[in-house]
Amino acid sequence: MNKKTYVALLLVVGLMFVAGCGKKEAPPEQATAKPEAAAAPAAKIDPATVATVSGVAKFDGAAPKAQKIDMSQDPACKGTNETETVVVDNGNLENVFIYVKDGLGNYSFDVPKTPVKLDQQGCRYHPHVLGVMAGQTVQILNSDNTTHNIHPSPKDNREWNESQPPKGAALNKDFARQEVLIPVKCNQHPWMKMYIGVVKNPFFAVTGKDGKYELKGLPPGTYTIAAVHEKFGEQTQTVTVAAKDSKSQNFTFKAGAGGAGGQ
Amino acid sequence: MWEGGRLRPEARHKSFHRRPSQQNQLHILDPRERLLNSAATPYNWAYHRFVTLLACGTLLLIVAGALVTSNDAGLSVPDWPTTFGSLYRIPPMIGGVKFEHGHRMVAELIGFLTIILAVWTWRAERRSWMRKLGIVALGTVIAQGVLGGITVLLYLPPAVSTTHATLGQTFFCLIVIMVMVTGREWMEVPPVMVVEQHRPRLRTLATLAAASVYLQLILGAAFRHSGIKLLPHLVSAVVVTVLLLWTATRILSEHSAVPQLRRPARALLILLLVQLALGVGAYLTRVEWGKGAAQPMLSMVVATVAHAAVGALVLATSVVLAVQTYRHTSPEAEAVVAHPAPSKVVA
Repeated sequence: MNKKTYVALLLVVGLMFVAGCGKKEAPPEQATAKPEAAAAPAAKIDPATVATVSGVAKFDGAAPKAQKIDMSQDPACKGTNETETVVVDNGNLENVFIYVKDGLGNYSFDVPKTPVKLDQQGCRYHPHVLGVMAGQTVQILNSDNTTHNIHPSPKDNREWNESQPPKGAALNKDFARQEVLIPVKCNQHPWMKMYIGVVKNPFFAVTGKDGKYELKGLPPGTYTIAAVHEKFGEQTQTVTVAAKDSKSQNFTFKAGAGGAGGQ
Repeated sequence: MWEGGRLRPEARHKSFHRRPSQQNQLHILDPRERLLNSAATPYNWAYHRFVTLLACGTLLLIVAGALVTSNDAGLSVPDWPTTFGSLYRIPPMIGGVKFEHGHRMVAELIGFLTIILAVWTWRAERRSWMRKLGIVALGTVIAQGVLGGITVLLYLPPAVSTTHATLGQTFFCLIVIMVMVTGREWMEVPPVMVVEQHRPRLRTLATLAAASVYLQLILGAAFRHSGIKLLPHLVSAVVVTVLLLWTATRILSEHSAVPQLRRPARALLILLLVQLALGVGAYLTRVEWGKGAAQPMLSMVVATVAHAAVGALVLATSVVLAVQTYRHTSPEAEAVVAHPAPSKVVA
């Protein structure tokens, strides 16, 4: 081969490389695919026998103070803002994602058609932690008078990064696979962070200011309940419920525990 | 002629001329030697100033790029080569966009200036290797732009972002070399051949020092883009410090009569001290105090950006010094004259 042939080959390889480096779409998959369902017929929950597990997420020790956020880099970001990483009120821990991690066997669950909403207002996310079923639509709104970009960094789902103009049209997105918790950030406003918990069943909740949660409609059985916090990581507990049972299960987080793999 | 280990100014010009017997010896210089010696291209004031301007602009571009990383704004503009769907419209420069799009605008300007550089070099230069260097610079800046785009489209993978950071400083070194070889001193003053008595040879030492700084740049960029942990960068910093100190003190103690070696050696010592201080500052503000910060702190941004910029200056200066050691030391000259003193200019 002469010199020109080498140059031409190099150019072709370079162009192929650049072309291959574009955004890659994840292969389409069934949002509610359940491998176990193929082995055994899907079971249906009998509404007459369902039980409830509820409780409180507590914080033990002195809670770190929330950091004040300086939003002066964008005049459209009005009002005061502070971090929501650790929000403790009277020992109750907010923003803990709690879900049934294991024990549901081959029950099948329909994906709700109603989307869950995630709003950007005052240059912060509402809510800070969001629960959604795999395949369920997340409707993302921008109520601010500035451009945001929404950038989830999942490990098991497809990563994407899209901008949304001021008060622009809603973005409808979904996550195909179970993943707890997916960090989401806005690269234009680096303090804007939130987390999404994606699970394959409808038994999940996020603790409010009072730290309380409730998982309703569980069929009788033994379950692993997981409580995940963005900073303090995951805790699990096993609970057994009988028909129409109502059990209480609290979680206590301590300062100094590891992170949940978020940021 | 010698005054306190230095050449008297009036004697300097004479000292550049070799004895006839040595000139005969130097006729058989290897191609590498001929490459570094000045050719028949005349000094071009405007061209040299243009290359110098481009070097300054490139340093500004490195600062702009470092600001993007330190402000965590790399993905604030999600598309490329367009910005929010447009190739020419400037978006509102607020939030992370002002860093990311600002970086893109400076990069476009540098790309445009590099096209002019390549064309001007091709037309004005008689040295064929310089014409090739102009083309290499243009190819590097194009590759750098494409890498910048790829890293945005792939959501900042550490390997691509590290390569982007490294190639940017490689381009800066290329332009700084072009500044040096288009300068009046390089074009009009013949090289001084110093004789070395010690091992390792100065050119070996200076090359090792420049290579260690380059490796340090890669490790620093990899840490900054979350590709590796901090430890390799810290260990490498020790190696770089030792090599730079060794090279610079050797030159200042044995070859301080040669300004082309003395100046970069002195600059390296000063830059090394500043860089070490900035490294400590960057560590404290980013790793220690900045851990868990809700947003990039100003002190962290200043320290890390300055660390990246001064790092680029250390690299470029070490490369300049290495090139100058190849120009001003010669194995042939060493074979010709054996001086009792550690080193002297062959006169």
